[in-house]
Amino acid sequence: MATSTPTRDAYAHAPRPSKKEPTDERRQVWRSRLWRFDDKASPYAYIAPFFLIFGAFGLYPLLYTGWIALHRVSMTGLDSMEWVGWENFDKILNDPEFWTSVSNTFLIGVISTVPQLLMALGLAHLLNYRLRASTFWRTIILTPYATSVASAALVFALVFRADGGLLNWTLGLVGFDPVNWANGHWTSKLAISIIVIWRWTGYNALIYLAAMQAVPNDLYEAASLDGASRWQQFRKVTIPSLRPTILFTIVISTIGSMQLFGEPLLLEGGALGATGGNENQYETLSIYLYNYGWNLGHLGPAAAVAWAMLALLLLIAAANWIVGRFFRTSAVRPGAPS
Amino acid sequence: MRITRSVAGRRHRTALVATTGLTVTALLLTGCGGSSDSDKGADANGNITLTVADFGQFGYKEAGLFEKYHELNPKITVKEDTTAEEKNYYPKLLQQLNSGSGLADVQGIEVGRIKEIVDTKADSFADLSKVIGVDEWVSWKAKQATAPSGAVIGAGTDIGPMSLCYNRELFEKAGLPTERDEVAKLTEGGWEAYLALGEQYKKKAPSGTYFMDSASAMFNAVVSSSPEQYYDASGKPIYKDSASVEKGWQLAAQAASKKLTQGLAQFEDQWQAALRKSTVATVVCPAWMAGQISTYAGDANKGKWDITSAPGGTSANWGGSFLAVPKSGKNVDEAAKLVKWLTAPEQQAAVFKAIGVFPSNQGAYELPDVKNATLPYFNNAPIGQIYADGAKSIPEAVLGPKDGVIKDSISTQINNMEQRGTSPDDAWDAAVRTIDKAIG
Repeated sequence: MATSTPTRDAYAHAPRPSKKEPTDERRQVWRSRLWRFDDKASPYAYIAPFFLIFGAFGLYPLLYTGWIALHRVSMTGLDSMEWVGWENFDKILNDPEFWTSVSNTFLIGVISTVPQLLMALGLAHLLNYRLRASTFWRTIILTPYATSVASAALVFALVFRADGGLLNWTLGLVGFDPVNWANGHWTSKLAISIIVIWRWTGYNALIYLAAMQAVPNDLYEAASLDGASRWQQFRKVTIPSLRPTILFTIVISTIGSMQLFGEPLLLEGGALGATGGNENQYETLSIYLYNYGWNLGHLGPAAAVAWAMLALLLLIAAANWIVGRFFRTSAVRPGAPS
Repeated sequence: MRITRSVAGRRHRTALVATTGLTVTALLLTGCGGSSDSDKGADANGNITLTVADFGQFGYKEAGLFEKYHELNPKITVKEDTTAEEKNYYPKLLQQLNSGSGLADVQGIEVGRIKEIVDTKADSFADLSKVIGVDEWVSWKAKQATAPSGAVIGAGTDIGPMSLCYNRELFEKAGLPTERDEVAKLTEGGWEAYLALGEQYKKKAPSGTYFMDSASAMFNAVVSSSPEQYYDASGKPIYKDSASVEKGWQLAAQAASKKLTQGLAQFEDQWQAALRKSTVATVVCPAWMAGQISTYAGDANKGKWDITSAPGGTSANWGGSFLAVPKSGKNVDEAAKLVKWLTAPEQQAAVFKAIGVFPSNQGAYELPDVKNATLPYFNNAPIGQIYADGAKSIPEAVLGPKDGVIKDSISTQINNMEQRGTSPDDAWDAAVRTIDKAIG
């Protein structure tokens, strides 16, 4: 608390310069009241725009989605809503396709997030060395992040095309048979993960890099005096210092992979993309939501899926918190009381 | 101090330029929605731009009809906005109807969706019954677009009478006859005979080729030759017990288990590639399919394809569309006039001549362009003659609101039987699950 800025209140009661005439006292009181009101109220005024916008574009849609989830609404008649209670949730929870898409979402999430963060960590470590044209390299690794999902997915769709795709062509040169990437259960998930990894690795690397540069140099000096190798320094100094950042990137990546939509939609494109493949082999929760709402034309279950996704995210966040807490306590325990 | 200030000033300006740039980009990116609004309505000189949103291939561009309309009506320019796949087009149309924005002056509607539109969205469309001569159409076509109130919300463009497209070159290599009449004779016994021909083809098939592209086309042909399809007359979905669905499914399962098909999802990339590389020997061909084949097989395969009558002389209608005019447009009257013109006999005949999409306006049938029409791409097949006979005896089908979704879901599962060897029972269960979600 010592580092936080003292509020104006702290000064309000400070002794006033004796210049003031006693006749000004009433004005003084009034002014001090205003001063205090300003002190209490203006922060709310400052943050109000955010909450107004959040209310209109965040909270209201969220609640309204919940309202729709309890109704029967079809795409062809948005104005006629019929109350059905929990029926929509019942419907999706009893739909095997929903569970397929839950497991697809998790699998793709794991296949994409784990290598992506490991690679980002490695890249950040490399970029943290003294490099020639370091800004250039940092810009380069961020470029994939700056492309739109659609264009990235469309380009990768060409790479992964079963027929005349770049990857199959390359495999053919080496003597492998062409693979129908989008059609296979694992290959399609792999293909989507590769698009995600390509887009997000640089972004995470830059976040790690920023965190690495904030690690005090003395720690490394001390470590090298103790005879730690570079690898040991990376493991014993860099990684522990980055722990909060790593947790942050994990949370962000998890949210991102939960909402995965553009990549699976466009991998094959067309009608197959909208159902996540002919056997729903790469159907994520967002695709399932879209398919239920827009292709099959029922917005109630689609809204229920949206809420189910929120619930899943909260569950993951809770798990994350517990794991994070466990690590923090286990990391502190061996050290001296701090 | 001065230095700092000027740097700060420059930074400020950079920020300003950057934000302006971003805003402009954002406006450009969202421009598709915005600019069409400003296109609507007449400008100072009374010039009008009409937009036509459609899907697949309506053939107006190919027949040069929009230019012609502009010549006839110099004040009117027509712009077409085409979505390749109807499955992607329809959800977008519903969304636009719900929000009341983004609609074109003229919207295409496929026959698999017309019932749902008539049932639920008829109020959003202008009544064309006073503009077009409803009696000119084949009777069932006009009925399909008529709302209970009597309003006609769509003018029929084409219908899809059935035929069989086949690749002469592959037939020859496989030792099968290549002449139209002979092929028709071989499949005279109906779809079973068609499959038998497939087995014959398979015995001597050039490597890497298949008898058909997908059994889903055959399924659609079988179902659409029956008046009873997915719904009964009272509007109840009966697809589980429908005899035509049953028969089509059995045939498709047979074709899949005998490996007579390449198992491609029709109209998707791989299907297009198969046509380009000539790996399929036959395609079950509603009239509009010919246009698809010539587009994707390309000039290199011109003259290799031919068209004969459908197996067993099946007369069926698969597909076909309507043009409708949303009420919310700024030029409803002009749009209706355009629709009337585009669906008039002469124009339908021109489209037929250009890409083989068959007229739904009976007035077109007696025109020489239709009666004597041949398609050069298809070895000069006399399509006028092939389709006109079938068109007259097409049964009046009972349509249902979810016909489109039902057809698509079953097609997907037929593809799974073909491609993945999914057992017919599992595939059927999967189709039913999806369909019941759509109906329920």
